[in-house]
Amino acid sequence: MLILGIESSCDETAAAVVEDGRVLKSNVISTQIPIHTLYGGVVPEIASRKHVERISQVVDKALSDASVTLDDIDCVGVTYGPGLVGPLLVGTSFAKSMAYAAKKPLVGVHHIEGHISANYLEHPDLKPPFLCLIVSGGHTHLVRVKDYGEYDILGRTVDDAAGEAFDKVARAIGLGYPGGPKVEKISYEGDCDAIEFPQAKVSDHPYDFSFSGLKSAVLNYLNAEKMKGNEINRADVAASFQKSVVESLVKRAEMAIEEFGTDTFAIAGGVSSNGVFRAAMEEMCAKHNVRFVAPSPILCTDNGAMIASAAYYDYQKGYRSGLDLNAIPNLKLGER
Amino acid sequence: MKILAIDASGLVASVSILEDDKMVGEYTLNHTRNHSVTLLPLVDALIQATDSKPEDFDYIALAGGPGSFTGLRIGAATAKGLAFSWKKPIISVPTIDALCYNVFGVEGIVCPILDARRNQTYTGIYRFEEKDGESTLLTIDEQKACDINSLIERLNELGEKVTFLGDGVPVFKDTIDEKLKVEHRYAPAHQSRQRASSVGMLAFRYAKEGKIEDTFTHRPIYLRETQAERERKMREGK
Repeated sequence: MLILGIESSCDETAAAVVEDGRVLKSNVISTQIPIHTLYGGVVPEIASRKHVERISQVVDKALSDASVTLDDIDCVGVTYGPGLVGPLLVGTSFAKSMAYAAKKPLVGVHHIEGHISANYLEHPDLKPPFLCLIVSGGHTHLVRVKDYGEYDILGRTVDDAAGEAFDKVARAIGLGYPGGPKVEKISYEGDCDAIEFPQAKVSDHPYDFSFSGLKSAVLNYLNAEKMKGNEINRADVAASFQKSVVESLVKRAEMAIEEFGTDTFAIAGGVSSNGVFRAAMEEMCAKHNVRFVAPSPILCTDNGAMIASAAYYDYQKGYRSGLDLNAIPNLKLGER
Repeated sequence: MKILAIDASGLVASVSILEDDKMVGEYTLNHTRNHSVTLLPLVDALIQATDSKPEDFDYIALAGGPGSFTGLRIGAATAKGLAFSWKKPIISVPTIDALCYNVFGVEGIVCPILDARRNQTYTGIYRFEEKDGESTLLTIDEQKACDINSLIERLNELGEKVTFLGDGVPVFKDTIDEKLKVEHRYAPAHQSRQRASSVGMLAFRYAKEGKIEDTFTHRPIYLRETQAERERKMREGK
């Protein structure tokens, strides 16, 4: 079964063709990062305009890269939330009318479910149940994947997403957007123990994350050093900040392994490309004799393939979306 | 020639099917602005009600802008999706020109006004001219975004009777009545909002003139840069 997946929830216009939820036939990603870099972050109105300019080309290329035509496609999957409403509306409106006109079934996909499913593409033998930590610019979720499309949310961020904290700190130390890769790169030149930044706990919710306190601590540190007339070592700040984020992610992952037990732990989302985070997770999982899996970086970023994979399992469960499918910017995981 | 026309540029969601001299059908909703939910079901319902077959359409016509940024994109993405699967060309009709067609043949100046917030309007100045027994739409000032006061000034300068229409009327009526010195009137409710059939009628003309786009090339006509772009240019002193 061939699924065409379409993703436009933030600043990537993406489409891909996937067979049976597992086999990548094509994966086209048109990123807007160079445009948004001019503004220090994603500008929703500009993102929406770019999506509408690019979407037909991206979908067309996904089909031709897979050496198929629209006729060969059995189902269309599209991200309908969560994300930025303007960008989401372009993807859903296009996918709906395209699927309608081609007489193909349509499945609206949850963006986070897509990220989790990226692991199905990377590891063809991976099956639920497993534990998964999804970390990106917009999301930080720790979940038990009970079955395809069935999740228990153990914890989530109560304020900033981890990737958002990377972006904000990167901006504060003058690295620019997008923050994640830039912080990681410079961190290798720094000492991660140079500055002790705090790790927030959320009372009564041991699995929840909080990164806004950490971000403020970094900003306060930068201000205090400036007042003292000290020169700031950006590499040390980046390395120490990153260590705090990674530790608070890994710590909760480890708690979940200890409490719930699992054979496999997966990570997903843009921040999963971070080498320091991957290495720390791998080491922790090895300690517990748990298999550690992660998508390759191209599948960690927003992409259509992960949406196609998730749509395949949603389709198998009988989910179909109508012509009235709407974009839902704050869609909760597990809701429909 | 058969055309499927769509207008989602404002508060109205409207779809129409036209064939040569005949307006085969039109569904127009001026109720809630929830185009992402209503527009495609309207397209489907109209196609079914008129026993239309996609392969019969020669063009998908679209109110290309200006208008609500979100509305324009829902219309554009919907038209692009249809055009992609059906492999049909798209005709983008300027929203303001299409609005003029709602009041075809009126005497004097036609001036559609859309509310563009902060005292701004999307507008244009037009006239229907009788020539060889036929009435044609003539553009005096092309569609643009401008301040309501500068529009009124321009209309005073032209000194002709004006017919206003569009969703800017309830917003700017008091200002117009106060400041416009020439005789003027407002189109009644059934003519005052976007209609896909008007878009379709102008699309016939565009088709003949070869003004044709497709799923890859169409871009909404926003008439305005984004706020972020404007602010960046200001900062950079451009």
